[in-house]
Amino acid sequence: MSKVSSPPVPPYRAVKTHDVFPSVSHDEAARFDFLTHFNKFLASSLGRGNKLAYERRVLPAFRKEKARDPKDRFEIRNAMNRDPFHRLWSASKRNSMEMRQQNGRSIVLRQLDDLDARANALNEGKSTLQLDPTVQVPRYQSAVDIHCMPGCYHGEERPGDVSAGANYDCGIFATTAGALGGLSDGGGQAVAQWLKANYPNWKPRRVLDIGCTIGHNVVPLALAYPETEFIAIDTAAASLRYGHARAQALGATNITFIQHNGEDLSRWEEGYFDWVQTTMFLHELSGKALPQIINEGFRVLAPHGLMLHVEQPQYTPEMPLYEQFIRDWDAFNNNEPFWSAMHALDLKKVMQKAGFDEADLFVAGVKAVADRSIFPEAPTDETEDHGRAAAWHAYGAWKGGAPK
Amino acid sequence: MTETTLDWMALANRKPKGKRPEYFSDPHNEQAYSVLLALVGEVSVMRQRLDTVERLLETKGTISRADIENFVPAGDVAAERSDMTREYILRVMRGPMQAVEALEESEPPIETICDELLNN
Repeated sequence: MSKVSSPPVPPYRAVKTHDVFPSVSHDEAARFDFLTHFNKFLASSLGRGNKLAYERRVLPAFRKEKARDPKDRFEIRNAMNRDPFHRLWSASKRNSMEMRQQNGRSIVLRQLDDLDARANALNEGKSTLQLDPTVQVPRYQSAVDIHCMPGCYHGEERPGDVSAGANYDCGIFATTAGALGGLSDGGGQAVAQWLKANYPNWKPRRVLDIGCTIGHNVVPLALAYPETEFIAIDTAAASLRYGHARAQALGATNITFIQHNGEDLSRWEEGYFDWVQTTMFLHELSGKALPQIINEGFRVLAPHGLMLHVEQPQYTPEMPLYEQFIRDWDAFNNNEPFWSAMHALDLKKVMQKAGFDEADLFVAGVKAVADRSIFPEAPTDETEDHGRAAAWHAYGAWKGGAPK
Repeated sequence: MTETTLDWMALANRKPKGKRPEYFSDPHNEQAYSVLLALVGEVSVMRQRLDTVERLLETKGTISRADIENFVPAGDVAAERSDMTREYILRVMRGPMQAVEALEESEPPIETICDELLNN
């Protein structure tokens, strides 16, 4: 076979497994291989048709009808949703998401007894997993199943199972075309690398990770700071059960997973944490919950402590409306109902309102850290998979200035 | 924890909560396209399994099902299989890809060319 110029897509078998990772058959892996390729194809080869359809067909028709340009991303969406090419592309992408969920759930549910037993063996009797059945699933996590994951982060097929977390873990590789690395932890690894490079002497005593789900991104941080006490909270017991077992299996024993809602951090006193953070979580909140979590995070943050929120880039006035529209796709087609509103927020203003000084705010670019001999870097040009490229902005602030 | 009495084959296919967007003007097309893409995926799975069988036969002469299940492609093998899947998707998705090319070219309808050739 002659070589082609396109860099190879990593095979699903390159996924790093651990003691609670589902066992994946040859054909199940092949199904994810197809979806990994198909997602890449949709983002790059076929995806460029969206902009062409917009520029050649949709925008001229809009101008003809209204005698002006679209004034926001919603007007572009309404016009594009009538375009036959964009509709076919969207239908393809939606199906790809649904097929990923189907395969993940099929893998997990057929071996649920074994997975539950394996998780139980790692969880039982450990004080580092604290579940609280009185915690309510907030409306912003229950209104729709986020990412089209049946059951969302909190769903159970039977009481006390780990199906939600295991499905999330085994399929994220396909959704992100492998760009997050073998443990899909490239985001957390990037944050750890950024901190070690920029603040090599900083040693946080206690860290709070809010909305940790199954701990993809807090595990590499806990491994990078083994002397630090990590507390990871989430409202979804089903994800925490799996996440705790996964962290134990990977040797990150300095994380305590607690079922708790980040909107009320009153169980921790003022200034308890040196670092409060979220990773790809703010977009799954609501208009009231987001500032509340940042306010509470500020309160429990110690002087010269770090707040850090890793997200896809915010929609700034400088970002072209077409790019805002295409970045918004997941909001309306992949059950991310707060995505669009969140990305239009001025996070710096929200953080200032919580109490941070403007001079202490910063934005840093972070790219997934992964073994580049197997996992290619995610493209961040026109061929990127908008909304889920493995490159983010870290919206941060030091409370009262960075540590000396 | 109880023993599994779950019908996992059916449950795997559950619909997520949240109204599904409509992409085509005819609802039957939504379902036909979902079936079609699922089949496209399954053919890719069968091709990959066949590739695994061929490679195992080449290197070992005999194979067992366990060999297939434990097969891990690495290095050049992984790259060749990546090419195979990419080529397959491009071929299956020829129609939509040609629509992208057509958008790039903005060609006149064939009747216009017929008229042009008739009169020249």
